[in-house]
Amino acid sequence: MYRYDEIDQRLVDERVRQFRGQTERFLAGQLSEDEFRALRLRNGLYIQRYAPMLRIAIPYGLLSTRQLRKLADISRKYDRGYGHFSTRQNLQLNWPKLEQVPEMLAELATVQMHAIQTSGNSFRNVTTDHFAGVAQDEIVDSFVWCEIIRQWSTFHPEFSFLPRKFKIALNGARADRAAVEVHDIGLHAVRDERGEVGFRVLVGGGLGRTPIIGVVIREFLPWPHLLTYLEAILRVYNRYGRRDNIHKARIKILVKERGPDRFREEVEAEWAQIKDGPATLIAEEIERVAARFTRPAYERLANLDLGAIAVPGFAAWVKRNVHPHKRPGYAAVTLSLKKTGVPPGDVTADQMDAIADLADRYSFGELRVSHEQNLVLADVRQRDLVEVWREARELGLATPNLGLLTNIISCPGGDFCALANAKSIPVAEAIQRRFDDLDYLHDIGELDLNISGCMNACGHHHVGHIGILGVDKNGEEWYQIEIGGNQGETRPGAKAALGKVIGPSFARADVPLVVEKLIGCYLERRDSDAERFVDVVHRIGVEPFKEQVYGNADQRAARHHRERAVA
Amino acid sequence: MAMLIKERRVITESAPSPDANVIRLEPADDPAAVADRLDGVARVEVNFPKFGDGRGFSIGRLLRERYGYKGELRAVGHITRDHLCFMESCGFDAFELREGEDPHEALAAFDDFSESYQASVTRPRPLFRRRTR
Ligand code: SF4
Repeated sequence: MYRYDEIDQRLVDERVRQFRGQTERFLAGQLSEDEFRALRLRNGLYIQRYAPMLRIAIPYGLLSTRQLRKLADISRKYDRGYGHFSTRQNLQLNWPKLEQVPEMLAELATVQMHAIQTSGNSFRNVTTDHFAGVAQDEIVDSFVWCEIIRQWSTFHPEFSFLPRKFKIALNGARADRAAVEVHDIGLHAVRDERGEVGFRVLVGGGLGRTPIIGVVIREFLPWPHLLTYLEAILRVYNRYGRRDNIHKARIKILVKERGPDRFREEVEAEWAQIKDGPATLIAEEIERVAARFTRPAYERLANLDLGAIAVPGFAAWVKRNVHPHKRPGYAAVTLSLKKTGVPPGDVTADQMDAIADLADRYSFGELRVSHEQNLVLADVRQRDLVEVWREARELGLATPNLGLLTNIISCPGGDFCALANAKSIPVAEAIQRRFDDLDYLHDIGELDLNISGCMNACGHHHVGHIGILGVDKNGEEWYQIEIGGNQGETRPGAKAALGKVIGPSFARADVPLVVEKLIGCYLERRDSDAERFVDVVHRIGVEPFKEQVYGNADQRAARHHRERAVA
Repeated sequence: MAMLIKERRVITESAPSPDANVIRLEPADDPAAVADRLDGVARVEVNFPKFGDGRGFSIGRLLRERYGYKGELRAVGHITRDHLCFMESCGFDAFELREGEDPHEALAAFDDFSESYQASVTRPRPLFRRRTR
């Protein structure tokens, strides 16, 4: 856990004071709706469908138990006793009161938390791999680099009024678990032949209504230049990014309109002017930041043979929810927030307290939020796993479905979000109910299923192996289905990919059946268990899946005819 | 007569003479284009037509840091006290606030933040180079 120094704390306190003043001026009529909107958004405050929503930052998803207990507290005191972990590794409270938000922020500041820049046209929470620091394939400790970027991107005087929101992801391991290819800027740590650390720099990726895979604009950026290079990219974007049309304002459109080569030239030209300037990073700073992180006091342990533990149900959980650790005798554990019947990512205040207790007892008082909307205990002794499993099961957090179809990523959708075309939570639940047979789920194997309630794509549907998107047809809620998306190179060779729409959309009640048909088609055609759903889609294309779902051409025509007759 | 903030003080300014040497830049303008005309101007004005249009922040820094402009750099347009702290960091020293915004009350906003992580015009070295170890 990064511990604030006096200046970090002072800046957060000053922000609370500033926002309190802004709220008062708004309530007194001195700030217009529009002005206050821009200001409240950069403090995480939305006005939602039914009430405001406050998005609290969890920088790079890392959380201490003290902070989690404070979140539980705040959700009880100012909200309805639960919170929602988002795909951006943040926590959202759905029912705060506008006048109370400054007070909530003041309370958060007491545990080194805030809602700074969690929304609005500014830098957002920098995200990373939820196994940072413990993964066996680690290249650098991404938390340290994320914290350096967090500081650089917090209250940046030049880049506080960007054309649009700006998301940076950093991956510090060989496998990409941070989805760097679908961010405004993606940074992938690499080492050169001499072992020096640098970053591969990607720009212009993103989801939303124009999903695009990012392009590499620099294969190797030596680490001292990280901030000046980011500054150069941002300056080009801040000056030339489109501001005339909100849907064309992301950096991906600028990169696309100029073409990656011209964009790269502009960035390099700007960088040439500031390279080696005072913002060039120095080793002392990396060390200083690294030293402000608390580190687990690992014991010297040997690996256990977990397969030898014959407790019914335990093996299935280990297989899915327990992950390798770079220290012998330790493991990382995912606490699943995907229990059927509970909206994905939702957690009650009581659960938060109980999870904090678990993390205190078994994982050095820290935990992580994953972009798949689960929680991770990163440093559990293998010999404690059975106990952790038992306790997690009691709490409803041991659904053994990590990486499987029912580990659904879903945005809050029409139940909460003012922008939604359709609900997403009930769709997630209906699918979970249809696929409730664990053996069958394991047989289907790895499958990411993502749901968004509208094309803003907060549920990352474009990169789900199966992606479901809520659409509006004459005021009714319909669902379009894509297949073949992939969030990133989580395994070698499997680059990020965007899904392809399989055809006309479906009524909500039909969605689980359609998913079942897609799975049926996959099971018939896979070469072996090792070939995942998404691999089959990439190998044989979407056509066979289409046929399975819509029937052959004749049936399609007949159906079309019927539908027209009904309409 | 108009009130404005200059070097953190509220002043009233009489209407400028029409032939005063003032350069005015719009957000899309490239400061490089006026770089060789900066000597001896009365001031440079940068327009912020909308509350959320941040292009002028880059223009400010470029004028100061790259083109060496030392004279008055004035932000005009849709400006409230909420911009002042960052604008000052980007090199602005004069501000015409939008109508209805009280410049006297706005002065406090220069102290919204007492530090800044980044390098900027007012703090040429980023915080990490200024920390006492
Ligand atoms: S994807 Fe659409 S419906 Fe879902 S949270 Fe985002 S904006 Fe709301």
